[in-house]
Amino acid sequence: MGANETNIATLDQAVFNQWFDQRFEARMAEREAAHVPSLSIIATKGTLDWAYPPFILASTAGALGWDVSVFFTFYGLELLKKDLHLEISPLGNPSMPMKMPFGPQWLKDINWKVPNVVMAGIPGFEKMATGLMEQTVKNKGVASIDVLRSACLEADAKLYACQMTVDLFGYSQDDFIPEIEGWIGAASFLPQAQKSDVCLFI
Amino acid sequence: MSTHATQTLDARGMNCPLPILRTKKALTDLGQGDTLAVVATDPGSLKDMQAFCKQTGHELVSSSEKQGEFEFLIRKN
Repeated sequence: MGANETNIATLDQAVFNQWFDQRFEARMAEREAAHVPSLSIIATKGTLDWAYPPFILASTAGALGWDVSVFFTFYGLELLKKDLHLEISPLGNPSMPMKMPFGPQWLKDINWKVPNVVMAGIPGFEKMATGLMEQTVKNKGVASIDVLRSACLEADAKLYACQMTVDLFGYSQDDFIPEIEGWIGAASFLPQAQKSDVCLFI
Repeated sequence: MSTHATQTLDARGMNCPLPILRTKKALTDLGQGDTLAVVATDPGSLKDMQAFCKQTGHELVSSSEKQGEFEFLIRKN
């Protein structure tokens, strides 16, 4: 009889285990299906080229139905200004291709290798480089930063500004777009970032 | 371009992520079961549109390429 009881107990355990495994898998699948993915970005750069990654990723995640929040700090704060005057600097950036956005194809294909010392010495070189990038962006059908920022807001992405940076750089809150979700600090953003599925520092 | 779609979206000349953003916007204005035809030239849109539909639960009814143009038919769910 003792042996019998042991047998029944073993059988029950196996049946229970099978039931539990199936049930657990089904519940986990349900949970996954109901889960809204979330993305947190920390945007720290304020140049025209570096403005793209946070806004492209945030707007795309928004289009995918994700919960998106972006924390703009230091130079990243520049991306939340009412008037965007973003510039690029090819200086000290050897990876940046310097190509003409207009003219015949042979001219467009030339990658102008301008030495840093020359760039630094030509007044208005950065203005020119910025103009060329803006033209290239237009030619290639890439969205402007303004358009991408609006797309983020339309997708309900939460854009946070770093209050400390505002104080540090002597900005006024009036310089920034009114859609800003909050003026917060690292202590407020980190707990939010902790819960997100994807967290990126850009 | 499909003629029986409820609405069509011309995303030609647009680059990543604009075709997806415009598709999402166009779908918002449609009713459930309506279809959206999208035509794009961005080569990345082929993979992006599949990922978009998989993630958002809309049905990618068909996708095809013809002379550098990509055509998609999406049914809103």
